[in-house]
Amino acid sequence: MAMKQTSVIKTSDLSIGYTLKGGRKKCVHDALNLSLYPGEVTCLLGLNGAGKSTLLRTLCGFQPPLGGKIELMGKPLSSYSQGSFSRMVGVVLTEKTNAGGITVYELASLGRHPYTGFFGQLRQEDHRIIEESLIAAGIAHKAHNYVSELSDGERQKAMIAKALAQQCPIILLDEPTAFLDVTSRIETMVLLHKLAVEQQKAILLSTHDLDLAIQLGDCLWLQEKGRPMACGTPEDLILGGAFETFFSKEGIVFDPGTGKLHTEAPTVPVGVEGDLTTSYWVGNALIRNGFKPSLVSEEYVSVCCNAPNDLRILFPVGDMRIAESIAEMVSIIVHKS
Amino acid sequence: MNRQVLLFYPLLGMILLGLFIGGLAYGAVPIPLDHVVDILLGKGSDKIAWQNIVLQSRLPQAITALLAGASLATSGLLLQTLFRNPLAGPSILGISDGANLGVAAIMLYFGGTLGQFADWPISGYMAVILAAFAGACAILGLIIYFSAKVKNNVMLLIIGIMIGYLASSVISILNYYSSTDRVHAFVMWGLGNFSGVSLEQLPFLGSCTLAGLLLAILLIKPLNALLLGEMYAANLGIHIKRTRILILLCTGILTATTTAFCGPISFIGLAVPHIARLMLGSSNHKMLVPVTVLTGSCIALLCNMLMVVPGSNMILPLNAVTPMLGAPVIIYVIVNRKNIQYFN
Repeated sequence: MAMKQTSVIKTSDLSIGYTLKGGRKKCVHDALNLSLYPGEVTCLLGLNGAGKSTLLRTLCGFQPPLGGKIELMGKPLSSYSQGSFSRMVGVVLTEKTNAGGITVYELASLGRHPYTGFFGQLRQEDHRIIEESLIAAGIAHKAHNYVSELSDGERQKAMIAKALAQQCPIILLDEPTAFLDVTSRIETMVLLHKLAVEQQKAILLSTHDLDLAIQLGDCLWLQEKGRPMACGTPEDLILGGAFETFFSKEGIVFDPGTGKLHTEAPTVPVGVEGDLTTSYWVGNALIRNGFKPSLVSEEYVSVCCNAPNDLRILFPVGDMRIAESIAEMVSIIVHKS
Repeated sequence: MNRQVLLFYPLLGMILLGLFIGGLAYGAVPIPLDHVVDILLGKGSDKIAWQNIVLQSRLPQAITALLAGASLATSGLLLQTLFRNPLAGPSILGISDGANLGVAAIMLYFGGTLGQFADWPISGYMAVILAAFAGACAILGLIIYFSAKVKNNVMLLIIGIMIGYLASSVISILNYYSSTDRVHAFVMWGLGNFSGVSLEQLPFLGSCTLAGLLLAILLIKPLNALLLGEMYAANLGIHIKRTRILILLCTGILTATTTAFCGPISFIGLAVPHIARLMLGSSNHKMLVPVTVLTGSCIALLCNMLMVVPGSNMILPLNAVTPMLGAPVIIYVIVNRKNIQYFN
């Protein structure tokens, strides 16, 4: 990405943390040089306590940085008034709301607050923007339902609609997929990705969803205490080994072959070849059972995947058995070794 | 939906008018409605006694109830939104007790019975009101301080109740060292009453209440943002500190003036916002604030009528009546909270 657009948020030598009683400072992370670009979804990954929330709160302006600079659209963050900042950065938080008694439409209309007058009276223009935001967030069909009637995933969409109605070029989300079921997680992430592309928003979200982040994140920030932030596209980070350093804590292993985390690295090799999809899932089952999918060899057991119900298991001694399911295959291999 | 909501105002207005006129007619001495209307229209009545009762006693009492109900209900609503706690209210959070303490300090320590109170020049009852205001704001400040430390809403309510107890204990000490007549006057005041305000004092009570209500109406936009919590509200461009202080000031003015003139009235501030939300089916303050004001006035006028035991000369204390209306509402709301949208 040599011809990248100009960043909307740029931090230089930023240090984040808290000021404790008596003016002592507790630094959570320092020397942060980060850039956020329009049209991209950036996922902030890190274990609990790594400082993800502190970083997000600092970028949201909820807490002051301990040092360094944050530039928003080329101007220092501190030069923005609260009003102008609210037109620049929209947030979706994990904070519990009391919005059960208002409708989704009214919730989204709160996003117009930075633009409306003293009494919050909505003009024609505001109504149009609210409707567009509800449609873009995929929650227009529930516009006149109470927020309390929504599922967790729909609530998240309603909050995203609020952030869209705020018409900010930047949207920051704190763990938007936490507490959601699998379908809502995927829906939410796909939605955010679509919004980034179609509306050229710069989206930053913190998440624990490694799979989804690798799949849909244009850029990942890997945050860990005491290490510089690793930033880049998921693929570059994986192939460059950044993930292994970040997640290879005691007993946790990142497998660059599959993009998955395991509790320990499997060492016993089992050869896998054949149909791509079948062999992928055969590999998945082997890893779970403590084997390492490898190239086919005569020195150890190999599986030739013709079809999901035709798995030929070749043993080094020369005999062969056919398994009709992956479960059967696993039991044969486990039994023999 | 909006059209439905617009029907609320004339409906509530009519109920309010009915209760107001009804309150003037109904009492220990029943006065026929047509006479009441004649007296109000300035045509007078052939019975001078009736005219005196309506104009000198019942009219100021009804106007006081109207203002006090609106004040307490509105401060309850503001507190419930600010603390994001549907069980907050001026009496539960100890704010009434704070006002109480201020009044106790003036009435018990410096003396002055309710009877004198009515004849005092402005500076006299101004002292009581200022003391009530200072007491209410001190407690509110304490609650705000603790709300930053204690995030759990139920725990915060318990702290409010504890602070209320502390204020009551100081009042007990003041009581203990006061003369019997002062204590009696204070106890009578503590039972709550809409009848202690003279026609001359009404403009003052009215203007304080209207100032408070006006401030509440000006706060509608930040109140709606606060439904999402303080962080979201700040992100929507709301100045949280300023809003907190204004809400504090507004509840302080409303609770303190009402308490100073009518005594500590329980349950109206706690229950009326719930009645308003349940009727309206919305937490949007644009409609909720005016509906709460009108409902508060209606409920207070109703309580004022219920104080008169039918067919007798007996008058019940106001604070014996308000829980009968308020407590069932709160119990209903708590029992049904799973089905009430604004709880979820």
